[in-house]
Amino acid sequence: MLAQRSTSASGDAAAPRREGSPWTGLWAVVSKEMADYLSSTRMLILELITVLTAAGTVFTATAQLRETVGQDRFLFLRLFTTSQEPLPAFVGFLVFLVPIIAIALAFDAVNGEFNARTMSRLLAQPIYRDALLLGKFLASLFTLALVLTTIWLLIAGLGLLRLGVPPGGEETARLLWFLLLTVAYGGVWLALGILASILFRQPATAAMAALATWLFFTVFWGIIAGILAQILRPVRIGLPAELLAQAQLEQALSRLSPNVLYTEATVALLRPEVRSLSFVLPSQLQGAILGAPLPLGESIMLGWPHMVGLIAGTILLFALGYVLFQRQEIRA
Amino acid sequence: MDIVLEARGLTKRYGDFVAVNRLDLTIRRGEVFGLLGPNGAGKTTTILMLLGLTEPSAGSVQVLGLDPARSPLSVKARVGYLPDQVGFYDTLSARENLAYIARLNGYSRKEAGSRIEAALTRMGLEGVMDKAVSTFSRGMRQRLGLAEILMKHPELIIMDEPTLGLDPEAAREFLEIIRDLRSEGITIMLSSHLLHQVQAVCDRVGLFSKGNMVLEGPVDVLARQVLGGGYHITVEAEGDAGLEAALSRVEGVQRVQRAGPTRFVLEAIGDLRPAVARAVVEAGGQLFALASEAPNLEEIYARYFQKEATNARAA
Repeated sequence: MLAQRSTSASGDAAAPRREGSPWTGLWAVVSKEMADYLSSTRMLILELITVLTAAGTVFTATAQLRETVGQDRFLFLRLFTTSQEPLPAFVGFLVFLVPIIAIALAFDAVNGEFNARTMSRLLAQPIYRDALLLGKFLASLFTLALVLTTIWLLIAGLGLLRLGVPPGGEETARLLWFLLLTVAYGGVWLALGILASILFRQPATAAMAALATWLFFTVFWGIIAGILAQILRPVRIGLPAELLAQAQLEQALSRLSPNVLYTEATVALLRPEVRSLSFVLPSQLQGAILGAPLPLGESIMLGWPHMVGLIAGTILLFALGYVLFQRQEIRA
Repeated sequence: MDIVLEARGLTKRYGDFVAVNRLDLTIRRGEVFGLLGPNGAGKTTTILMLLGLTEPSAGSVQVLGLDPARSPLSVKARVGYLPDQVGFYDTLSARENLAYIARLNGYSRKEAGSRIEAALTRMGLEGVMDKAVSTFSRGMRQRLGLAEILMKHPELIIMDEPTLGLDPEAAREFLEIIRDLRSEGITIMLSSHLLHQVQAVCDRVGLFSKGNMVLEGPVDVLARQVLGGGYHITVEAEGDAGLEAALSRVEGVQRVQRAGPTRFVLEAIGDLRPAVARAVVEAGGQLFALASEAPNLEEIYARYFQKEATNARAA
């Protein structure tokens, strides 16, 4: 689907087909970019920050959890979700750490090539722009996945040592889904970072623009969603239906933010006792055994729309960047 | 001789601005073609269109018999392009930089290894193969750029301002390399605004001005067209008043200028030294020195734009 569009940039619009595969050279780009990332200083700094937060939160969490070992079926999941003032839970850290790592990886992906004057040389090779852009995206995604997996294993290992209890099969499955979800969440911010690197020639500007977007969703979007809901669904008389309509609109709007999607889906996956991410009326809870965990499949179903939303957001941002990159003039 | 590159009515517009206007260009195998013109005349845009790196607004291009818009991969695999101010990944070594390009070209590891070594050795970079490119001088980067191109064994090489920013010695070496490549039968197209360098290596030149190719042909043909000859013959001779008149009567001499008491500069349509010598002797003069200078591209260029300006004022 994406491949056909680029004919407009690289040639005759009437040409029915381009020669060869648009992905020629893709893996060459991926492996070169990944090698660059893994040997870069910025990667080292990011790893250090994340490992520190992981270790810090796990130690505080295990200190608390040790007292309740044996009472909890999902002890291992608590490693990720238990917080102790003033530190938030590891999941809470990830909500803002992942975007920063992703933006740090991607903000100079395209403009960096222009600034190093390597872009024209690269595009003079027998590859399409498709391969270059997708290669850069995949390399950053794999790098991010690698970092997250490392930390994930690190936490699991620390947990094993400190708690002395191995995770059960279902816990492992839930944690694997959580890892996937976190990578999908990172994908959105990587795509945003790459888009910024296409839009702005200065890497600093691109980084600032991407960080501003992140700040917008982290701080302001929740406030704006509340205000919008009050304007669009005002509470005139104070009927419960009115209050509910307003709250539902506010929630729907706030879910445009990837942060909210990620947090909600994480809650569904890591807290099996959560059975709904929306408003639940007392009438809907009739006959429910409160506190009883949902089976894994049901928890995944609960967070599934969120995961799909994150992936869709990634594709949308990437497609936008793709179209812009295809039309970009090589000349500085 | 078969045609390597052909452009017909090639046009590039950016909004209302016409960067290249209906360019017709043919380059034959084994030729060295020079694209000349001031900065902003449309040289780089033309090159990008020829490579399919930017989309023409109108017109057609055939490179090695292929349309770069329809078969970009085959064209780019067979054409080497050296951009102006070529850049490399500074943290990687020369060998690693080329290895990436080799992978993009789909060479096997073994083939890439031997091609890279051969190309770097040929460019005299074998001693710094594993040094980071950040330590390279401008001239070395330029040679690394050419090594990258040679690694591809191209049929056509397109170079944008290849000698810009090189010191005279490096530039001379670079031109020497271009001559070598030409003798191997590789077709070369280069753009430059450094005219004397272009003149030294090009078989044919095209003169660009504001998006139009205003003059095109071998340097001596252009000289005849624009300067009506362009040869300068310096004569040192002593004689009576009739000597200057005698010199101006020589067939093919267009103008005689007195540059000193015994020194005359003749503008002529060719190298007329024998005829000039005869004329001096026949007029009873004494000939001390006689030198001929081939037409100068710089002069053609200056004269052409001077004419343009005069015409523009007149119009």
